[in-house]
Amino acid sequence: MSTDAAGLVKILEAVADKINENREFLTELDSAIGDADHGINMSKGFSAVLEKLHSQEFGDCGAILKTVGMTLVSTVGGASGPLYGTAFMRAGQAVAGKSSLNFDDFIAIMDQALEGIKYRGKAQRGEKTIIDSLEPAVEILKNEKDSTDRKSVMNKALNAAKEGVEYTRSIIAKKGRASYLGERSIGHQDPGATSCYLMLQAAIQKIKEMSG
Amino acid sequence: MVGIVLVSHTPKIAEGTWELIRQMTGEKIILEIAAGTRDRRLGTDPVLIEEKIRKADTGDGVVVIVDLGSSIMSTEIAIESLEEPERSRAAIADAPFVEGAIAAAMEASFGKSMQDVKNAAENTRGMKKIA
Repeated sequence: MSTDAAGLVKILEAVADKINENREFLTELDSAIGDADHGINMSKGFSAVLEKLHSQEFGDCGAILKTVGMTLVSTVGGASGPLYGTAFMRAGQAVAGKSSLNFDDFIAIMDQALEGIKYRGKAQRGEKTIIDSLEPAVEILKNEKDSTDRKSVMNKALNAAKEGVEYTRSIIAKKGRASYLGERSIGHQDPGATSCYLMLQAAIQKIKEMSG
Repeated sequence: MVGIVLVSHTPKIAEGTWELIRQMTGEKIILEIAAGTRDRRLGTDPVLIEEKIRKADTGDGVVVIVDLGSSIMSTEIAIESLEEPERSRAAIADAPFVEGAIAAAMEASFGKSMQDVKNAAENTRGMKKIA
């Protein structure tokens, strides 16, 4: 299970497509408990990412992820820009200079993405944020990194992220615009946790496809 | 003189605040606005904020006043993107937007240091509006 820079671009294209397909859904979730712009902002950001990825040739996987991060930071507009932007830039640092990536690199990318989001947002699990879906997935990847059945590890991680999204329905938002709703945020799933799950779903599906 | 940068989700917030400030200081302070996204959506843009911080920095430093949410994270990214010595002389004031901006602008107009300007903004946090 490994990929070169062209393969990484394919994975990121799948992530961007997933975000664009779910633009209305994410905005709907955000209109219930936020500022009704998550889908629009993310779609703006990932459309710019696609343009950037197609405008040049890449050999360095770290540079690709860094480009994604910088593009999100400068085009998204909402809080998801600095958060996902920092995640991708950190991920890029984790694999800087590498022309191909293996499963350990994938885990390092996810781990650093999580660290980046924690650093930028100063949030922790249970506050109804991206972290509620991302951290459970990263924990599974790290705990089971030596498993030989990598597809099953990825499926488990994705399932943990999905459960994380469900969990956000039951808790009060402590960060972002939703925090002004207090208890009224209960019952709604977090848009950020959801977009993170969708991105992970698209990436994992593509990785599985590519590794046959 | 210490520069002030107002970062808000819409230009209306920052421009309205600048009107209030101008009543008190006239044009004699250094103030820049980084509000909204480049394509005129509500939000903030780290690249724009970084540009405005550079513009407001004449060597005495810059205090940034932020509204909420992404304005804080975007400003942090903007400051991290600066090189030294500019990076060390740019800081976010943890203050309410309107009151903090006015206090910072007054202090800056008196020729005070960056730390004094930042403190003045942050000291408005506990201000009581009703006696």
